[in-house]
Amino acid sequence: MGEHKVFGRPRTLANLPFPYCPGCGHGVVHRMIAEAIEELGILERTIMVTSIGCSVRMWRQFSEVDICQPGHGRAPAAATGIKRALPDAVVFAYQGDGDMAAIGTAEVIHAAARGEKIAIFFANNAVFGATGGQMAPTTLVGQTTSTSPSGRAPQQAGYPIRMCELLATLEGPTYLARVSIAGIANLNRAKRATLKAMEIQKEGRGFAMVEYLVPCPSGWHMTPVESLQWIESTMSKAYPLGVFRDKGKEGREG
Amino acid sequence: MAERMLMKGNEALGEAAIRAGCLFYYGYPITPQTELLEYMARELPRRGGTFLQTESEVATIYYVYGTAATGKRVMTASSSPGISLMAEGISYLAAAQLPAVIVDIARASPGLGRIPPAQSDYRQLTSGGGHGDCRMVVLAPASVQEMADLTFLAFDLADRYRNPVAILADGMLGQMMEPLEWKVRPAGKHSKDWAITGARGRPRNMVLNAPYTDAELMETNRILTEKYRQITEAEQRWEYVDMEGAEMAVVAYGTSARIAMESVEEARRQGIPVGLIRPITLWPFPVRAFRPLLGKLKGCLTVEMNSGQMVQDVELAVRCTVPAHSYGLGGGWIPNTTGVREEIERVWESIRSSGVPER
Repeated sequence: MGEHKVFGRPRTLANLPFPYCPGCGHGVVHRMIAEAIEELGILERTIMVTSIGCSVRMWRQFSEVDICQPGHGRAPAAATGIKRALPDAVVFAYQGDGDMAAIGTAEVIHAAARGEKIAIFFANNAVFGATGGQMAPTTLVGQTTSTSPSGRAPQQAGYPIRMCELLATLEGPTYLARVSIAGIANLNRAKRATLKAMEIQKEGRGFAMVEYLVPCPSGWHMTPVESLQWIESTMSKAYPLGVFRDKGKEGREG
Repeated sequence: MAERMLMKGNEALGEAAIRAGCLFYYGYPITPQTELLEYMARELPRRGGTFLQTESEVATIYYVYGTAATGKRVMTASSSPGISLMAEGISYLAAAQLPAVIVDIARASPGLGRIPPAQSDYRQLTSGGGHGDCRMVVLAPASVQEMADLTFLAFDLADRYRNPVAILADGMLGQMMEPLEWKVRPAGKHSKDWAITGARGRPRNMVLNAPYTDAELMETNRILTEKYRQITEAEQRWEYVDMEGAEMAVVAYGTSARIAMESVEEARRQGIPVGLIRPITLWPFPVRAFRPLLGKLKGCLTVEMNSGQMVQDVELAVRCTVPAHSYGLGGGWIPNTTGVREEIERVWESIRSSGVPER
C-alpha cells in the first residue's frame, strides 16, 4: 500500500504561522473557513471582510482572497456595500464579540433583518482580546476581566448578549448556528456549520451567521487546555449550542 | 441644443451623480438634504442602480466604503451632525485610498442646531473630515448649475486621486430652484485595477487600513502626503469677480458669495476698488488666487455664514501681509446685500484712513 496524503493546508491559507497567542481559537476558525472555500471551489469569487480586534491581521493568512478591511463593528455594512455592487461574489465577514456585539450591534442586526446575502463568522471568546482581556458584551456573569476585576456584576454591567438568539427574533436570516471548537465532535459540527453558511452564499440564499465559542487563554488567564475545558463546563452553558434558524433550499423555514 | 432643466439644487446634484455613472447611493434621512435621498430612492432603481437606506450615518459611510472598494462610483449625502458621525469612515476611506463622494448640505450651529443655511462645517471638512491627518477635496458650489457641474468634477477627482471628495453646500443651495444646462461630458477613464472583485486570473487585491508593520504604515503615510501635495498643486480652483485693479478683496464661497457678488458690484459703483475672490475648492484652498495680488491688496474681507473660519486660510494666503476681516455669524444668519456693502465700506474706510487698519 502506497502513501497518500490525508491532511494538508488548504490552498487559501498562506504558509505562515498564525499571529495569535498559543491556544487561541481564531486559527481554528480561519482554517474551517479556508477549507469551506476550497471545498466549494469559490476562491476566485470570494471576498473577505475583516474586523478590528486580534483578527485584524487575518488578511495576511488568507493570501489568495480579495480583502476589505473596514472600521470596528462595520464589517456587515462594508460587506453589504460589496455584495450590492458585486451580486455574483461570495462575501463573508469575520467578527469578534467586541466588534459584533458591542460597537457593531446595529450593523449586524440590520444586515440580518434585510436578509443580506452575506455570511458572518463570529468568534465569541467573551472578552476583548486585542486590547488585553477587557469585559465584552458577551462576558459571562461573574467572569473576571481587567475591566470587571471582581467579576461581571449584572446590577452594574448587565447581562451577556446572545447574538444567535437575538438575531433569531428577525425574519431576515436564513441560517443561524452556535458551535464550539472544544472537542472533536464539536469541531466536526463547527466545520459543517461553516460549510453550510458558505454554501448558502454560493447559492445566493441569504444571510448566514455562525457563532463559534472560542478560547482566549491570554485573556482568560488560563492554559489552552483549561480554556477548552472552560468552554465545555461553563461557556457553552451560558451560550447553548445549536441551530437557531435554518431555512430550507427554497428560503423558507424548515 | 443643450438640454435645459429647472431643478432644485439637491435634485440637480443627484441627477448629476447618476449621469456621472454613480449607480450606488447609501443614506439616512436628515433635513435639509432629504430631497437628494428621495431623488436617489426614486431614480436609481429604475436606472439600473442601487439605493439603500441605512441604519445610521456611522454605518452609511462603510456601505460607501464597501462599494467604493469594488471600484464602482458611489455617493452619500448628509447634513452636519450626520457628517460628524461619518468622520471615522471618511478617515478610513482616505487611508484605504478609496474614491467616494460625500455631500454635506449643512445645517446651522453646533449640536443639532436647526436647518437654515450656514457654512459652519468649513473647518471640519477642510481639516480632512476625520482623524489622523486625512484630507478630502472640498468643493463649494454657488448655484444649482454648479451643484451639477461640481458633482461631475467630484467623481473625476475622487477617481483620479483615489480619495474621498466632499461637496459642501447648504439648504439654500439645496432647496432653491434655478435653470441649469446639462453639458455633454466624456466620462473620464480611470484604472480600477486595485478594486476587489474576486481574485480571478490575477493576484489578490487588498483594501487595507492597517498595514502589518510600522514601516509599512509610515510608507502609506508618505504616499498619502505626496498625494495631498499633488492635489494642492494641481486642483486649486476659484473665480475672480471684478478683481481688475482691486485693492480690496471680498472672499466668499457658496451662498454667501452669491450675496456678496451684488454688494461688491454696488461698492464698485460707489468707487471702492473692491473685487470678489470666490473659492470653488475649499481644500485645497486657492492660495494661488492671492499670489498675484500680494503687494496690490490692502485688505481682505471674508463673508461667511459662521463665526469666522475661512478667514484664517485667507490670512495664510496673504501671508498676514494685510489685514483679513471676517463678517458673519453661524446659526442661520444670512447676509444681505446692504449689510455686506456697508461692511465693505467700513473696512475700506479703515484701510484708507489708517494705512494700517484696525484688526
